[in-house]
Amino acid sequence: MNYKERYDGRKVDELRPIEAKVGVIPRATGSALFKIGKTHALAAVYGPRELYPQFLQDPQKGILRCNYNMLAFSGAGERVRPGPSRRSREISFVMEKALLPVIDMEAFPSTVIDVFVELVQTDAGTRCAGITAAAMALADAGIPMKDLISAVAVGRMGGNIVLDVTKEEEDYEGGMADIPVAMSTRTGEVTLLQDDGDLTKEELMKALHLAKKGCEQIKKVQIQALKNRYKGE
Amino acid sequence: MDIIKQHVLTNLSKGMREDGRQFMEYRPILVEYGISPKSSEGSARVKIGGTEVVVGVKMEIMEPYSDKPDEGSLMINAELLPLSNPDFESGPPAIESIELARVVDRGLREGKAVDFKKLCIKVGEKMWVVVVDIYPLNDEGNLFDAASLGALAAIKDAKFPIIENDHIQYGKLSDKKLPVQHLPLECTVWKIGDSFIVDPGKTEEASGEARLTIAVLEDGTICALQKGGDKGLSFQDIEKMVEIAIEKTAELRGHL
Repeated sequence: MNYKERYDGRKVDELRPIEAKVGVIPRATGSALFKIGKTHALAAVYGPRELYPQFLQDPQKGILRCNYNMLAFSGAGERVRPGPSRRSREISFVMEKALLPVIDMEAFPSTVIDVFVELVQTDAGTRCAGITAAAMALADAGIPMKDLISAVAVGRMGGNIVLDVTKEEEDYEGGMADIPVAMSTRTGEVTLLQDDGDLTKEELMKALHLAKKGCEQIKKVQIQALKNRYKGE
Repeated sequence: MDIIKQHVLTNLSKGMREDGRQFMEYRPILVEYGISPKSSEGSARVKIGGTEVVVGVKMEIMEPYSDKPDEGSLMINAELLPLSNPDFESGPPAIESIELARVVDRGLREGKAVDFKKLCIKVGEKMWVVVVDIYPLNDEGNLFDAASLGALAAIKDAKFPIIENDHIQYGKLSDKKLPVQHLPLECTVWKIGDSFIVDPGKTEEASGEARLTIAVLEDGTICALQKGGDKGLSFQDIEKMVEIAIEKTAELRGHL
């Protein structure tokens, strides 16, 4: 069994239609919306702000705190039970680690930067869409960063490596691996890497190169969205 | 940079580790099966040097999930006991224990360690759920690899309990072992400064900048990945770490 034609007719190295907008939540220090196909992620940054309880403060550097959440009606199947789950807590944790390498947290000792990511609608690739939105929101908040972080999930579908997998592809019965990747395309550093599913080393390396290609395209959209936010009237 | 990290980095750059081991050398490994034969359906103790983890398997009967009516299921839980490390606290699960459980879970699930079809008792009505609980008793570093090895050992040790009158007769085990079909094992490779090491001790973990946990099957296929740590990794780093894990998991499998 082999997966040659993609369910939605895309090429193996083609992203779903993407759309980005920065400054969508006026109350927040920074915010962004990122849509990739039917996956829509909203991110808001509050801070740097005072961190309580005080014992959590680090006098050497600020703390980045991410919260990933799916809205109750955002799942493909049953209603998503509100509140943190093991899954959402782990994703929040890996999102922090995905964003940290490009942020200069030493500029904000004893403070916290809160990043709230809400998934409004989902069709796989939610942690990647969340990270991509969060990176734009952090830039919008004026946090000093070495680079943007861009993220996309790549997958092995049968014998093919494909870019930006959908839920339908995730459920493919013929054997698949789902590999979310986040990276700084400027430095080539991978800041998030996970995998669910069988892969050879060669397939993994091929997947990483494909992810980089996708991230470079996403980054262009991120930069354009940030420029649009700050261009004069 | 704190003084301990500086010390670890300086030593590693000279090719030295805190306890004199080679960079790719695990501490002595001990796997013991059936440590709680009266109460659990399967159990194991794993020691990697001073790090000690106990794992128990309990079996339950539940209704299958609607999307997988002919399959059983697996649940992995880890609790970082305050008894094992002064930094662990009682209370609701910390993110570290959630990550540990989910990473071990991903390795076993994606590596198809247990044949879920053979855990089905009656399609759409009854299935076996294999519940694996992981507890560190002493944390001297590398809980990920110890937990992965311990979970697989406990699953290998487990037998189905006897069912009488539609109820599980806990304490009475049948001769039938769990349907273990693959042996996925995890190796966590750490990058500290420019050095790669496996099986870190506590000070090495505290100095670590990036880690990659790689679950590998018998034939060298990767089945799960989890990157951790505050720094990024280059493609070359990842390739190197995967090569290390493929080699080291083959060695770890020899202890099962």
